[in-house]
Amino acid sequence: MWKEGSVASLVAIQTSVFWNEHQPPFRKRKDVYAGALKGCRNRYKQVCSLEIFQKVFSTGSLFWLQLLNATGWKMSKLKSSNLELDLDRPNIEDYLHTDSIQEPLGKLRLRDLLDISPTLREAGGAIVDDSFTRCFKSNPPEPWNWNVYLFPLWCLGVVVRYGILFPVRVLILTLGWIIFLSCYIPVHLLLKGHDKLRKRLERALVELICSFFVASWTGVVKYHGPRPCARPKQVFVANHTSMIDFIILEQMTAFAVIMQKHPGWVGLLQSTILESVGCIWFNRSESKDREIVARKLREHVEGPDNNPLLIFPEGTCVNNHYTVMFKKGAFELGSTVCPIAIKYNKIFVDAFWNSRKQSFTTHLLQLMTSWAVVCDVWYLEPQNMKPGETPIEFAERVRGIISARAGIKKVPWDGYLKYSRPSPKHRERKQQAFAESVLRRLEDK
Amino acid sequence: MGNTSSMLTQYDIEEVQEHCNNTFSQQEIVSLYQRFCQLDRNSGGFISADEFLSVPEFAVNPLAQRLFRMIDGLNFKEFVAFLSAFSSRATLQHKVEYIFKVYDSDGNGKVAFSDLLDVLRDLTGQFISEQQRELVLTQVLEEAGYKKDSILVLSDFMKILGNSDLKMEVEVPVD
Repeated sequence: MWKEGSVASLVAIQTSVFWNEHQPPFRKRKDVYAGALKGCRNRYKQVCSLEIFQKVFSTGSLFWLQLLNATGWKMSKLKSSNLELDLDRPNIEDYLHTDSIQEPLGKLRLRDLLDISPTLREAGGAIVDDSFTRCFKSNPPEPWNWNVYLFPLWCLGVVVRYGILFPVRVLILTLGWIIFLSCYIPVHLLLKGHDKLRKRLERALVELICSFFVASWTGVVKYHGPRPCARPKQVFVANHTSMIDFIILEQMTAFAVIMQKHPGWVGLLQSTILESVGCIWFNRSESKDREIVARKLREHVEGPDNNPLLIFPEGTCVNNHYTVMFKKGAFELGSTVCPIAIKYNKIFVDAFWNSRKQSFTTHLLQLMTSWAVVCDVWYLEPQNMKPGETPIEFAERVRGIISARAGIKKVPWDGYLKYSRPSPKHRERKQQAFAESVLRRLEDK
Repeated sequence: MGNTSSMLTQYDIEEVQEHCNNTFSQQEIVSLYQRFCQLDRNSGGFISADEFLSVPEFAVNPLAQRLFRMIDGLNFKEFVAFLSAFSSRATLQHKVEYIFKVYDSDGNGKVAFSDLLDVLRDLTGQFISEQQRELVLTQVLEEAGYKKDSILVLSDFMKILGNSDLKMEVEVPVD
């Protein structure tokens, strides 16, 4: 019901469906200055989604499509984000020289030892551009309001968003919280004896408050695939872009989740409400924590009454254009893994939470003052570990499935490198390869 | 993207271009500036050790420490000049000079046996013993006509590396 409700709220802003979250006018590029509409068209070619139009302009969609086609706008389905792939940088594999230095042949000469150019080239390449930093870059959308027709429209948009939409949303959210708390507290306290009933009600209430949250940013979420059900011995994994991933998934099914304990009001929410759906806490910085957490995960998965467990194996928020390596913790529990792929459409706002740049509150406020948050969620086919497969290979295989479905690229780095240095064994591998080649060529006569 | 840096003016770009002897085009300089601002997170005007080593691809490179010593504390103009050897427009002479500078860590224009040994140690790590390294170096030096205690200068490097193709180009991604 709430999903349709949030779509209906988009209808209220149907004239503004072209309007993008913006930056103040900056980059002047000669190629785009050739007339207002043509400039607009260049920017919006790959951004409009057929699905949104079909929902919003249900009767008049054909008319709008014809009009837009006439002005040369191209429509791309949300699913075929191949266009984004082409627009994006060249494939990561070109940037990563995983097989270190080329294998030269013949006897070892002085020039072979003096010629350090391959290693230097790798270092230079890393300085100029590297795939890891790109994963966490928030790509601001192109500014489109740089001429005299569009700027007043944009200003009007700002007034509507901050002056009308934002207060309405805050009101909806407050209302949601009031309803939630007034139902949750009695249920929690009074039904202490009737556990099954209490758990069912609490689950429904958590789903309700998450739906209110999603409505407060006008979330247009399209779910594909069968709805997850609570069965023992299964774990759900998804790619991670922001903490709102959890809210979007939670409004469909009440998952239990494993999270880093956060400070502030988020931490308060975690310790009170999320406890009722069953949550496991961990601390990234403690290494001993890992065994304790692994044990808790196993216990949770095996319990028949527990809510299905949702894990974000990347361990950190990535900008929804790439996936970093999955941690193997979720994949060595001996249970079925059900992948979920989440892809946000940046048409109105970039949902990536850059935790280095903004707090979660600022992030939520940014979402609440934008037009809508559009995303796709795909529930994919459950996977089991194949015989002879290690947990790491299993994790990589599932990552491949998720990345392929969401149309995002894979990067061979560990997300925790955001917080720590890479281990020396990568460097040692390169050194070993070079050393072996030197010794071998020395033997060649 | 860098939220503190001001945009580069045309004068700035031309000054930087001149400083690096036109090895980068103006668009490439703008991209390098964006990259510089992205790496320089605390906006100090230069990239510190932590910020460089936070790029994992750079941190796993065997020569990272050496390069880092050369690049530490450089402002943007010098940063571009440092990277100019990686441009496709760089001459062979330029590239050989660059390699020489990497070897000549104290900057006195002379590369001794110990410098060569240091770089070889960085490249091979613990997978060759110290004695074996010395042996390998002495052997190849003698074959090339140098003695173990001979000092190499830039012209020697030019002679040894000059008549081959040094593939050191890095493409600067331009938006």
